[in-house]
Amino acid sequence: MSERATRRTIILVPYLWLALFFLVPFAIVAKMSLSQVATAIPPYTPVFGLEDGPAVWLAKARELSLDNYAVLAGDRLYIDAFLSSLRIALIGTAILLLIGYPMAHAMARAPERWRAVLVMAVILPFWTSFLIRVYAWIGILKPEGLLNELLIGAPLAIANTETAVIIGVVYSYLPFMVLPLYAALERMDRTLLEAAADLGCPPWLAFWRITVPLSLPGIVAGCFLCFIPITGEVVIPDLLGGSDTLMIGKTLWTEFFSNRDWPVASAVAVVLLVILVGPIMVYQRHQGRQLEAGR
Amino acid sequence: MMSPRSRYLDATALTLGFAFLYLPIVILVIFSFNASQLVTVWGGFSTRWYAGLWQNRQLMDAAWMTLKVATLSALLATVIGTLAALALTRYARFRGRTLFSGLVYAPIVMPEVITGLSLLLLFVSLGLERGFWTVTVAHATFTCGFVAVVVQSRLVTFDRSLEEAAADLGAKPWQVFTHVTLPIIAPAVIAGFLLAFTLSLDDLVIASFTTGPGATTLPMRVYSQVRLGVTPEINAISTLMIAAVTVLVIAASLATKRGAARG
Repeated sequence: MSERATRRTIILVPYLWLALFFLVPFAIVAKMSLSQVATAIPPYTPVFGLEDGPAVWLAKARELSLDNYAVLAGDRLYIDAFLSSLRIALIGTAILLLIGYPMAHAMARAPERWRAVLVMAVILPFWTSFLIRVYAWIGILKPEGLLNELLIGAPLAIANTETAVIIGVVYSYLPFMVLPLYAALERMDRTLLEAAADLGCPPWLAFWRITVPLSLPGIVAGCFLCFIPITGEVVIPDLLGGSDTLMIGKTLWTEFFSNRDWPVASAVAVVLLVILVGPIMVYQRHQGRQLEAGR
Repeated sequence: MMSPRSRYLDATALTLGFAFLYLPIVILVIFSFNASQLVTVWGGFSTRWYAGLWQNRQLMDAAWMTLKVATLSALLATVIGTLAALALTRYARFRGRTLFSGLVYAPIVMPEVITGLSLLLLFVSLGLERGFWTVTVAHATFTCGFVAVVVQSRLVTFDRSLEEAAADLGAKPWQVFTHVTLPIIAPAVIAGFLLAFTLSLDDLVIASFTTGPGATTLPMRVYSQVRLGVTPEINAISTLMIAAVTVLVIAASLATKRGAARG
């Protein structure tokens, strides 16, 4: 293979795959979100076909409507679901940072021979099934569960509440927060802290003025890596939340699988994507820059 | 050096953090050996729930389907992800590069409901019959970004002069790739494959959207049982899955360590 052909293959194979299976589907979701329930209930007929002429397209374009978005805007249920998803993601990410930072910081300062083992210990739960890890919490949090067995006399009603969802979210996403933080903290030049101490800087100030700013790339990566997927989380609110715990991912899931309303489910997906497109772009810029900077 | 106080703080952070990460899993494993049907009451040691699993045909079929999907989709994702990593590190400039890097990284954080729904609508529009192949393609698509990141982090520390030396000595481009580039990035490619494999094993949401009759995966089976409540049988399945993954991960890390020590 010539140099040119090699280059073309290396770029085009992943490009075409991702364009077909990641980019094109969004266009179809957008189109579906504008169609009527009648034409879109399975077996649904495609709204646009390439074989139709412009006249047919025009006729069909008139049938497109914003009805599904009107449904979303008009119903408190959807608005509440969006808001509580963002709230849970925000609180969850903040708690993750508070728990994850001391862990990552301690790991980065541990003796060198221990570090690989500690990193492995953080990754291992991530390799075990996500579903099972969430399931484990049902047994702990439910009214007659282990937590309440231990706290005899003062039973806590955590199961099926937003608190349970936040516990589940923090538990499931902890490795995603710890690992980028650890990567940033481990790379840090420790002599800077020694220099600060020699110049009379107290440890807490050195931490605030040196460690935190230098670990900022890790903080950004960890927070986005947690916040974005948590916003669209389905399984955790379904298993740990109650019937009044609304999250938008779960709402989309219900619209699709229970109500079989594909257009409304698509409209929910489009709005969710519009909300998350900013954070996603920040994350992918950051990721690209980190990797290309050759760390 | 470190003061005793900060050492104490570090030890506390690690102990509490790891206790939080591991206690739920340990409790789950312990109760899989419970003779009692009640999940919170200890009724003595028993392996009855494990014995029952082998008779459960539905579960065994789902496990087999999941393994097939994971193997094939991880292979596909490894090829696509490695090519994407090469494209992003080797070619600083080509048309649509910004869009390309977006397409590579975005699936990593994209909520699964969006990826799942959009892929389903694509498969329906194309008139494809949903089942094994659609799940496999969907999994390869959402995991290849992870492979790309892992391989890319290895490629950026790569000494290009080794490839130039090989080319100067008359190696053809594909020989350079198979004899120089691939052996050097191999640990990252293997790590990427394993990551894609476990992500696929674990996925519930995307599989639920893109599957069809006859292609039910293990997480889908487990999920439908979990929704009915906590049972020791699920604890037993979970324990087996945890054991399998732990053995795999430790074996893989020993293999790469040995490989690194030799090379």
